[in-house]
Amino acid sequence: MITLNINNKNYNVDVDPETPLLWVLRDTLGLVGTKYGCGIAQCGACTVHLNGQAVRSCVTRVSSVAGRKVVTIEGLSEKGEHPLQKAWIELDVPQCGYCQGGQIMSAAVLIRENKNPTEKDIDNAMAGNICRCGTYLRIRKAIQLAAEIQRKGG
Amino acid sequence: MKFKKTYFFPLKAITVIAIIFSVIAFMSFGFKNESAFNNVKIEIINKDSVESVKAFMDVYKVLTSPRCMNCHPAGDVPLQGDDNRLHNMTPQRGSDGKGIYAMKCSNCHQPTNIAGLNTPPGNPNWHLPPANMKMIFQGRTANQLAKQLVNPKTNGNKTMQQLIAHADDGLVKAGWDPGEGRTVPPMSYEEFKKAWITWIRSGAYAPRSK
Repeated sequence: MITLNINNKNYNVDVDPETPLLWVLRDTLGLVGTKYGCGIAQCGACTVHLNGQAVRSCVTRVSSVAGRKVVTIEGLSEKGEHPLQKAWIELDVPQCGYCQGGQIMSAAVLIRENKNPTEKDIDNAMAGNICRCGTYLRIRKAIQLAAEIQRKGG
Repeated sequence: MKFKKTYFFPLKAITVIAIIFSVIAFMSFGFKNESAFNNVKIEIINKDSVESVKAFMDVYKVLTSPRCMNCHPAGDVPLQGDDNRLHNMTPQRGSDGKGIYAMKCSNCHQPTNIAGLNTPPGNPNWHLPPANMKMIFQGRTANQLAKQLVNPKTNGNKTMQQLIAHADDGLVKAGWDPGEGRTVPPMSYEEFKKAWITWIRSGAYAPRSK
């Protein structure tokens, strides 16, 4: 039995310690906002926060997560009021939406560590998150808007 | 009847004990030599430029092989694969060599290897050299690299003694445990370590520049 802290809630899960966190989130706990894309840390769809860092849950062993804090897209904010979520709605960023949870989780680390990111900062930080619909330009704009909302205290 | 007075002399027991003590003494001497690399100031025991350069050419083959050179790139993006192409998704070095924002090395590279082809290789200390001392291997000639390695201003502030100890660094050793589907350096770790120490202890000479 492994105890996990996910979105500030403790869960006891009876799974093989080698199981990737993504499978536990989706199949065991029903937190399906985090998506399976490639399974080898190449696309970013499965990005979650582990002790505040944007890790790829598809290659993160669940045993390595015990005793640490996991935040998924469901737990990024209580009511969808994170500056990124506001900006994403404002600019209507998603097309199919599949990658967007991962995009937002990566962007959340960026604007936490860099309050006023340049386009280059955004491109460097988001290069590991792939969008098959090609919404990159709206993602970039929305991150700039979110940073602005954040700077204004939103 | 008259008995000749004799004294008990346990020859066999003494011989066995002597052998045991000799073995223990020999083994502890051996361990001392091993740990000397890490704890005792290394004296260059035999300046020999021919032996030193010969050993370095073996070292050079390893350091410029993909498993070593890919994380000592000339630019700020690590390399990938046996063809030393730029790492997919172009992660940036960052000031500490551990990446930036949502693109830190350890976001994908776990503390250990994980099963499967093309999965990110693992190490608890995965990183590039820091931005203020890039310790570039890519594109260096043997002469340039040897000089770079012995200069504390370009080798990560390492003394000769620390350079020798660096052969035992976990990330150096990881080159020989690269995860499924990746080639290993062109000689065994033991052969590399021997060449590395031979190069340094015989004077750390740089091969002639051509």
